[in-house]
Amino acid sequence: MEIPRHWRLQKQRYGLLGEVCPHCNAKIFPARDVCPECGGEAKEPFRFSGRGEVYSYTVMNSAPAGFEQALPYTIALVKLEEGPTVTAQLTDVEQEKVSIGMPVEMVTRRIKEDGSPRGMLVYGYKFRPVMGA
Amino acid sequence: MDSAIYVIGIGQTPVGEFWDQSLENLSAQAIRQALADADGVSIDAMYVGNLLASAASGQANLGPKIADNAGLHGIEALTVEAGEASGAAALRMAFFALRSGFVRTALVVGVEKYTDMVGSEMEAILAQSGDYDFEGMQGQMPSGQAGLLMRRYLDQYQPKRAALGVLSILAHANGVHNPNAMYRRAISNETYTSAAMVSDPLNIFDSGPYADGAAALILTADAELAEKRGGAKIVVAAGNTAADALALHDRPDALVFSAVTLSVHKALLEANLEMAQMDLFEVWDAFSIYALLSIEACGLAAHGEGWRWLMEHDLSPGGSLPMVTMGGNKARGFPLGAAGVYQAVEATLQLRGQAGKNQVAGAKHALIQALGGPASTVVTHILSKIA
Repeated sequence: MEIPRHWRLQKQRYGLLGEVCPHCNAKIFPARDVCPECGGEAKEPFRFSGRGEVYSYTVMNSAPAGFEQALPYTIALVKLEEGPTVTAQLTDVEQEKVSIGMPVEMVTRRIKEDGSPRGMLVYGYKFRPVMGA
Repeated sequence: MDSAIYVIGIGQTPVGEFWDQSLENLSAQAIRQALADADGVSIDAMYVGNLLASAASGQANLGPKIADNAGLHGIEALTVEAGEASGAAALRMAFFALRSGFVRTALVVGVEKYTDMVGSEMEAILAQSGDYDFEGMQGQMPSGQAGLLMRRYLDQYQPKRAALGVLSILAHANGVHNPNAMYRRAISNETYTSAAMVSDPLNIFDSGPYADGAAALILTADAELAEKRGGAKIVVAAGNTAADALALHDRPDALVFSAVTLSVHKALLEANLEMAQMDLFEVWDAFSIYALLSIEACGLAAHGEGWRWLMEHDLSPGGSLPMVTMGGNKARGFPLGAAGVYQAVEATLQLRGQAGKNQVAGAKHALIQALGGPASTVVTHILSKIA
């Protein structure tokens, strides 16, 4: 089991918590140690709105262990309105209705199951179409 | 002048599914072939390129495992890992060792044992070349990364869909004449366009099939040894490794393989050669979209124009810039971390004039390139025939 690892990343996974660079104001997700824009040290927490749009998407027909039950699932690159892009599954949408440029918003969902009898469930962000958009 | 690094021995196993053979069995086959080809020189150091073994075979520390089984005692032996580019990275480390003068004769082994495990556990291991926390944890894997790039490319540049199949169809045509290829039959455009989806819009013929295999190279910095072996003199003229952001989402433009640009540019500069002087280019066709984006990043075509370039050029062994000459990852088969060493073995066959029906006439300079992930790591080498 990978409890320490999932614990370490829980704020990023549950709350889309990234960083804002104190030097150049770039918004950063996922968090990293050095700002990709200016090279300064990045450490100020910043909570993203969770709104963005689909940059690209693909439908998976096979899956790594822990994701089989979700098959077939849609993975997207979502461009957040603050700038960064994230890799995430889309949810609450029929595959054929997904399109590039579609507005989406972040929701928290179960993202992985450890297959062992006492295995843990991992929760984190997915994205769904913006209601009424 | 820097000392030349000669290729004096090559070996390769067929690529395929070998249920009855282990990592070390496959490695020994390739090593013994290479040693015989090099007239039985003594080896100082071995660099193993491998991606899967620590997870898929439960085996790390491949240096002693492979060296001992192959009867290579008392040598330096260790593994180099750089995702699917591991084999090419092992060649790069051998090049450094030889250039440094500390090692006189080096053995590079690329080996992959894909069929030691099956099912979703293997898919999870394949996902290791991506970002575990922020790609893998979303159910992402290599085929999905390629699917994302392909969908975006199709949407942004509106290429003819058939353009993505050009290299796949060529690879299969070339694979027919490669006795070590996994697939030795030609495919039609209809076969390509009607293939089953892997990660829509990416289909099975857009993807190099994962497989077992081992390939080996013996290199020396000793000109007398190369002289003694005789035959065509093949050298590793230059090489370069470049790194991009590991995750696709961390790049300013996912459709731009900037590490490819860097790596090719620096390798050509080091060799004092230009792209137009290359007689063949073993482009990385693990996925058709990767080859297309690499062709653009190498400067052969502008961004968004590579699909047109692919349709307008003859890339067969007799064409203007032959590619995937022995079947590439698509038809030769894709033994992951071993594939970069297969490329070097195949380029050596071309430069020696031993490529049979796929021979590129008079080939003097070969560009080979391996990608780890979607060009997260890029390793480029130029092999040349010298007088």
